[in-house]
Amino acid sequence: MPLKDPYLRETPSQTAGPYVHIGLVPAQAGFDIFEKNFSNRVEGEGPRIRITGKVLDGLGAPITDVLLESWQADADGRFDNPAFRGWARAASAFDTGEWTIETVRPGAAPNSDGTMLAPQIGLWIVARGINIGLSTRLYFPEHAEANTADPVFSRVPPHRRETLLARPKGDGNGALGGVQDYRFDIVVQGEGETVFFDA
Amino acid sequence: MTALPEEEDIMLRNAPADPAPLFPRDRAWHPPAYTPAYKTAVSRSPRLPLVSVRPTAAENTGPRFTIADLGARDSDLLINFAAPGQSAIGERILVHGRVLDEAGRPVPETLVEVWQANAGGRYRHRNDTYFAPIDPNFGGCGRMLTDADGWYEFRTVRPGPYPWENGPNAWRPAHIHFSIFGSGFGQRLISQMYFEGDPLIALCPILTTLPDAAARDRLVASLDMNAAVPLDSLAYRFDIVLRGRRSTAFENRPEGN
Repeated sequence: MPLKDPYLRETPSQTAGPYVHIGLVPAQAGFDIFEKNFSNRVEGEGPRIRITGKVLDGLGAPITDVLLESWQADADGRFDNPAFRGWARAASAFDTGEWTIETVRPGAAPNSDGTMLAPQIGLWIVARGINIGLSTRLYFPEHAEANTADPVFSRVPPHRRETLLARPKGDGNGALGGVQDYRFDIVVQGEGETVFFDA
Repeated sequence: MTALPEEEDIMLRNAPADPAPLFPRDRAWHPPAYTPAYKTAVSRSPRLPLVSVRPTAAENTGPRFTIADLGARDSDLLINFAAPGQSAIGERILVHGRVLDEAGRPVPETLVEVWQANAGGRYRHRNDTYFAPIDPNFGGCGRMLTDADGWYEFRTVRPGPYPWENGPNAWRPAHIHFSIFGSGFGQRLISQMYFEGDPLIALCPILTTLPDAAARDRLVASLDMNAAVPLDSLAYRFDIVLRGRRSTAFENRPEGN
């Protein structure tokens, strides 16, 4: 006979609160404590991109105490490259609400079910007033075909897909050898609300 | 003593190429996004439903951390910001527990980060204006990796309760914030630990965003006299459970699990 409930239940989430910076980005809280700090920059081989954006609340105001983390494959589409940690952590500026992540352009990645994941960056957002971290994904408009074949992007109602697309800045092709800039604003609530996933 | 071979070090950092998929998250157990009694959530909660998808490689994998990411004193909040020979003011405590997944497996070598107010209820943060004093010897944050069996432990002072502007006389119970990674980005979790017996627990509009009393109870650490250090510190036990996975590739043997 199996046990009635052989599983444990997940620890329930609570908001990161207004002082999340102390624990996760202490320099932004206003002090220096650790010898080594995490940053909003991913190191690794491949073309560089820089994503800048704001997270907006239901009134259209920037959330100025938001913390974001990103997770992505390397330039060849590998999530398991031991020489590459495709993770960054960024906090918004307290005045403007703007945040930036600088990283390597991710490659398309094979998924466990045989499909291909379009080049993408997973984003996880926490802040005061957010009871459980919000997960979204940034896709690139240059990869329209791969996006349509992506098992997650294709699940999003077509009229909401635009909320997941980064906007290239400048010429859209990146300066030769330089860093290609993208804009990615996230709307937590209201008109143009960004798609968040339960994955 | 033999040094760890470099290849093995790399193996530790290297997530499996095709890790087993995560269990679905029980959203009814977690707080909903829209919780009017916690006022800030009102304008920061999505109105549209989450789009449900099967976990992909982007959720099933996640960043790995090693001791190379940490400093030697990062997990000792009593001294990690203190002047030499000094230590933080307050009730000395040891907080420890185990990180497991929903299948009961320990989660080894995972990063746990903590932050908290000082003994007077004041955060070392440029936006905290509460008039309780800053403790010059207390930063209020720490971090550590779980060991091979999922155990973590840190020393700190018991944080004080503090007032906040959610209502005319709102107070947060004493709490420590926790951030935990797990082995897949879909396990990423932030929560708060409360202290057994704190009368403010029942009044807290953040804790009561959790609809289920059993869920709220899971965030209350118990006094652990077996782990208390005589003539030094009391101890609290706080176990953490992350999303589980189906059998890992390694365990998925042809002969069955």
